[in-house]
Amino acid sequence: MLEIRWHSRAGQGAVTGAKGLADVISTTGKHVQAFAFYGSAKRGAAMTAYNRVNDQMIMNHEKYMEPDFVFVIDPALVYTSDVTINHKENTVYIITTHMSTQELVASQPKLADKKVYTVDCIKIAQETIGKPIPNTPMLGAFMKVSKMYDIEFFKESMVRILGKLPQKIIDANMIAIQRAYDEVK
Amino acid sequence: MAFDKMELRDIEVWDGNFAAAQALRQCQIDVVAAYPITPSTPIVEGYAKFLADGYVEGEFVMVESEHAAMSGCIGAAAAGGRVATATSSQGFALMVETLYQASGMRLPIVLNVVNRALAAPLNVNGDHSDMYLGRDSGWIQLDAYCPQDAYDLNFIAFKVSEDHEVRLPCMVHQDGFMTSHTAQGVKTLTDDQGYGFVGEYKPMNDMLDFEHPVTHGVQTEEDWHFEHKARQHNDLMTKVFPKIEAAFDAFEKLSGRKYNIVEKYDMDDADVSVVCMGTSVETAREVATEMRAKGIKAGVVGLRVIRPFPFMQIQEVLKDVKAIAVLDRSSPNGAPGMLFNEIAGCLFNTDTKALLSGYVYGLGGRDLTKKHLVDLFTELQANVDAGKILTPLQQFIGVRGPKLSFL
Repeated sequence: MLEIRWHSRAGQGAVTGAKGLADVISTTGKHVQAFAFYGSAKRGAAMTAYNRVNDQMIMNHEKYMEPDFVFVIDPALVYTSDVTINHKENTVYIITTHMSTQELVASQPKLADKKVYTVDCIKIAQETIGKPIPNTPMLGAFMKVSKMYDIEFFKESMVRILGKLPQKIIDANMIAIQRAYDEVK
Repeated sequence: MAFDKMELRDIEVWDGNFAAAQALRQCQIDVVAAYPITPSTPIVEGYAKFLADGYVEGEFVMVESEHAAMSGCIGAAAAGGRVATATSSQGFALMVETLYQASGMRLPIVLNVVNRALAAPLNVNGDHSDMYLGRDSGWIQLDAYCPQDAYDLNFIAFKVSEDHEVRLPCMVHQDGFMTSHTAQGVKTLTDDQGYGFVGEYKPMNDMLDFEHPVTHGVQTEEDWHFEHKARQHNDLMTKVFPKIEAAFDAFEKLSGRKYNIVEKYDMDDADVSVVCMGTSVETAREVATEMRAKGIKAGVVGLRVIRPFPFMQIQEVLKDVKAIAVLDRSSPNGAPGMLFNEIAGCLFNTDTKALLSGYVYGLGGRDLTKKHLVDLFTELQANVDAGKILTPLQQFIGVRGPKLSFL
């Protein structure tokens, strides 16, 4: 079982990202689950979304999770949310920030001795898509770090998932995914 | 046909709401009268979009409340249409008056109930309070544990509900957010398979059949009221299960997916068993498998059909179990839980010596973790080893503060 927790703000596309990732993985024959914690959340409120991936049917519906990967797609959440909660010894963090990994860990001591990767998904999204929607770049970074799928296969799959958007937006998302793939450290 | 067909992949990643909306599209609902409420809104939104995009031939009626939504459904069903809608929580509560009208008038409406807590305090998350509120309303109630079930059970619901020997409305329940907003793989039917399964709707006593005028919504006082209610109860008790079984069999032939009135997992030699509904059934199954690896013979019983209540089937499945935990996801507010009482009623006149205890859990969407269930199975095994129930009869799982227990 592979488990992922997303830290996001409502409106940044974590739910869409989690569902998109689930959709891609499902096409390779694995079983998937994507869900989120909702409430009376307003745009901008901190929220979490989740992925489970397994070779067998996923029957576990508990919300509790000890994630293998933590995605943080808003830079400030590293300080205002506990992004390390329920972590495992080998949990891997991919965090969007303008800082280097070293600077980030120095600014948040909880991340010391953790496996942390950084990439500036917000900047990438703004420069490519034109909006600070960091969900698809995060998935590009995840493909690099996890080596889950070949990036070309992943991008082709995302073209299908984003299918209903205007071609210009789809193209921009592909550039964003590739840039995050190349830039994550 | 004057509508477009949709190409679906064999497995789509859908949440429970979208799965239900797709089933409504494939069943080609004539009328949806709806008023939106979280978390059920995407079901009727989905139908409305399919309609606007030309994938359904039908009517979407926007109304001013859930009371009006069900009233509109009743009117459309009495006129002779295939009718469905969706609601949750307070919206369901506002529908209650009209639920009894729908079943008493013998109108085969399908209502998707995305289970959510009832205020106060206000809460949008999933528990079974609304589902329990509907249990005496004369409807058939089917329960989904995951998005796949929410899809499949909609087809079953129309098939059973519209049968001329049944003609009773049917609710399809799914857990708010835990199913409705959780995306999982859903094996699809093609549009032709789905529509072919439910078939063309054949109304009975429809008001638009001017050759055979009928009256709906009549008044009967003490002269006839009881006979009508007795007949409705009789039909629920005797006619519905055979039709559900036939529909489950036909659906298995079509899809390969087998549903049962009572779902049993690892029950053949189980010493300890959990009885529950909704997503909890699946989580409990996973934990039961893990308990078996630790040497505890654990099993799980899930209700697929809540009304009519499968009294005899439950008796049969629990007859050799030594300790049973019954889980209620609704506050009984001054009594043992509904499901606890129903199970106790099933077992009372039998030879079973099972130790029966009740648990209230998960109110307002509170997580039921695997750890909770491990503790629960362990507690049941301790009861078996001691030969008596070592705890109070009613306990609360997962509530903060001092441990709550009663009876």
